[in-house]
Amino acid sequence: MTDKIESNTNQFNYATRVDKVTGNWRLTRSVRVTLTILVAVIMLIPVAWMIMTAFKSRADAVAAPPKLLFEPSMEGFIALLTQRRQLTVEQGLKELQTRTDLKWYDKVMLKRGQQIIDKSQYVKYLTNSVIISVSSTIFSVLLGVLAGYAFSRFPVKGKDDLMFFILSTRMLPAVVVTIPIFLMYRQVGLYDSRVGMILLYIVFNLSFSVWLMKGFIDEIPREYEEAALVDGYTRMQAFWKVVLPQAVTGIAATTVFCLIFAWNEYGFALMLTTEKARTAPPSIPSVLGTGGIEWAAIAAGSLGFLVPVVIVTFALRDYLLRGVTFGAVRR
Amino acid sequence: MATIELRKVEKVFGTLPAVLPMDLTVQDGEFVSLLGPSGCGKTTTLRMISGLETVSSGQILLNGRDVTFAHPSARDIAYVFQFYALYTHMTAWENIAFPLQAQNVKGNEVHQRVAEVADMLKISHLLKLRPGSLSGGDQQRVALARALVRRPAAFLMDEPLGALDADFREQMRAEIKRLHIRLNATSVYVTHDQVEAMAMADRIVVMSKAAVQQIGTPADVYYDPANLFVANFIGSPGMNFIKGQYANGYMELPGNHKLEISDDWKAAFTKQLNPAGAVVIGFRPEAGQMVAQGDLTGEVYAVDMNGSDSLLYLSLVDKTIIRVRVDRSVKAPVGTVANIRIEPQYIRFFNAETEAAIKREA
Repeated sequence: MTDKIESNTNQFNYATRVDKVTGNWRLTRSVRVTLTILVAVIMLIPVAWMIMTAFKSRADAVAAPPKLLFEPSMEGFIALLTQRRQLTVEQGLKELQTRTDLKWYDKVMLKRGQQIIDKSQYVKYLTNSVIISVSSTIFSVLLGVLAGYAFSRFPVKGKDDLMFFILSTRMLPAVVVTIPIFLMYRQVGLYDSRVGMILLYIVFNLSFSVWLMKGFIDEIPREYEEAALVDGYTRMQAFWKVVLPQAVTGIAATTVFCLIFAWNEYGFALMLTTEKARTAPPSIPSVLGTGGIEWAAIAAGSLGFLVPVVIVTFALRDYLLRGVTFGAVRR
Repeated sequence: MATIELRKVEKVFGTLPAVLPMDLTVQDGEFVSLLGPSGCGKTTTLRMISGLETVSSGQILLNGRDVTFAHPSARDIAYVFQFYALYTHMTAWENIAFPLQAQNVKGNEVHQRVAEVADMLKISHLLKLRPGSLSGGDQQRVALARALVRRPAAFLMDEPLGALDADFREQMRAEIKRLHIRLNATSVYVTHDQVEAMAMADRIVVMSKAAVQQIGTPADVYYDPANLFVANFIGSPGMNFIKGQYANGYMELPGNHKLEISDDWKAAFTKQLNPAGAVVIGFRPEAGQMVAQGDLTGEVYAVDMNGSDSLLYLSLVDKTIIRVRVDRSVKAPVGTVANIRIEPQYIRFFNAETEAAIKREA
């Protein structure tokens, strides 16, 4: 009995078009997977190259043809995090080599004939980056959620004009407004200050976060809040207890986008900071430093700069994926 | 429980009237249905009662208390939405308990009251699930439970069954009706489905084009519709309409038929009709009978077999189509001629110009 049914279904499968469609679909699927892998590999080559370079010695980093197999070295990281001076025999190179209280990183640098004299500014710049991008992201998302909610739910006068105005702040390229902002900031004492950079990034991200959050909140049915209102909650309570949990996808997506912008921003940071508030992006090329280009150090700096964004994006990846397809997929 | 009173309540969106000034009193424990086609203002009326929509003018009283400008949360009413409006980030239990938390009800009592309504709606086994994994009917049960748990003064329901499948709708209709009988709660129920309104409501408010057309019991709106709109909207199919001319105690019907008019109608005609005497005659499909010699003659145009009965479509001389409900045993092939007698006590007359029903003296 079972045999008969099986043979029947087999026959049936061969005879129907479903089978052919499935075959085609498998083909397109494998083509798609192949293409995806290809694109991913192309995109990842620079990243892989950067990671490799970060662990190369100074000699290996500039070797031609490039070395794919090499002896890993921490030279790049040490060079990134320290300030050194080049020693000659007269300056006590020999004497230093005989000392026994040297740490492992001192020894690595000593092979290059260099003595570590101080920490570099890299950690400080990275800290600046974290403080400035996290604070600006928190504020732009917070303001974006509130403004998006207001635009979505209330009859704001001149709503369309206001929304366009907010969007228009994005239309000028950063380069165009840098000089006026530089002059203004110098006047009001915001030049080379964290507060100044935070304010600037908030303003820059706000247009984006308002538009994105309005879109997300538009998708949340009003009935949710209205149900809460008739159930005895105030509008503020309804907002916190009902709207925010529903908007969490949008908030996560907006957060990641804002954070990545603030984290990566180069132009403003280069023009408007020097020392106190300098962020990581403009500081990494300055490692180019003395005595030849320290490619390993630059790669190490870039790697350290990359890690935080990767962690955040990875942690929020589910929301992000739903976020970028919002509107197309019903939650 | 509570009474709801609307005094000259009006809503205007910009310059567009959504609800023309209307009066309505819902008695304590009464089940009133707002019925009408979409865009007639019934939902807007319900939202004004709940406070979700502001009132352009007029007054709303709950239990005699003026709540015209009170916040929705201060009105002690529950609202059931068409698409349930359950919070997807909470379980069914949390959804039901949500209104109680607004009232700072203590932990033990919350559990007790949620269990009580869950039991009443037979959803106790679903309380740990999130709305996303519930069927449409169960979602609406949770939404009803959320409305019930607070023991509000009145229930407002906005097409709560509109999103359900047909067979499920009938089941939920019976459940809501039983709930109402059990709790005897003042309820206002919005629907565009006249069958639903007829089946559930104590009184029906028929609305169209932002205006109240008639307020009455299901029997009132069915047998004595106030105008042509109500007569056509209530019943499936609606009333049959025939153009007639009144003269000297007789109504002239298409095809040289004459209908004798009883004395109580004659008095009404002389008072309420202009001399031209154009009248629309209305009768329900079941008020007609197939006979050998009748009031109307028509050609069978189509036949609907309904199983329990058949619906004949007859084309009269003036091409008017009328529908007559006949016994399923009646054989009437398409193209044959049928004679129809109309039960005199079920005939209604309407003024052809104003479309309003002509009323007999009581």
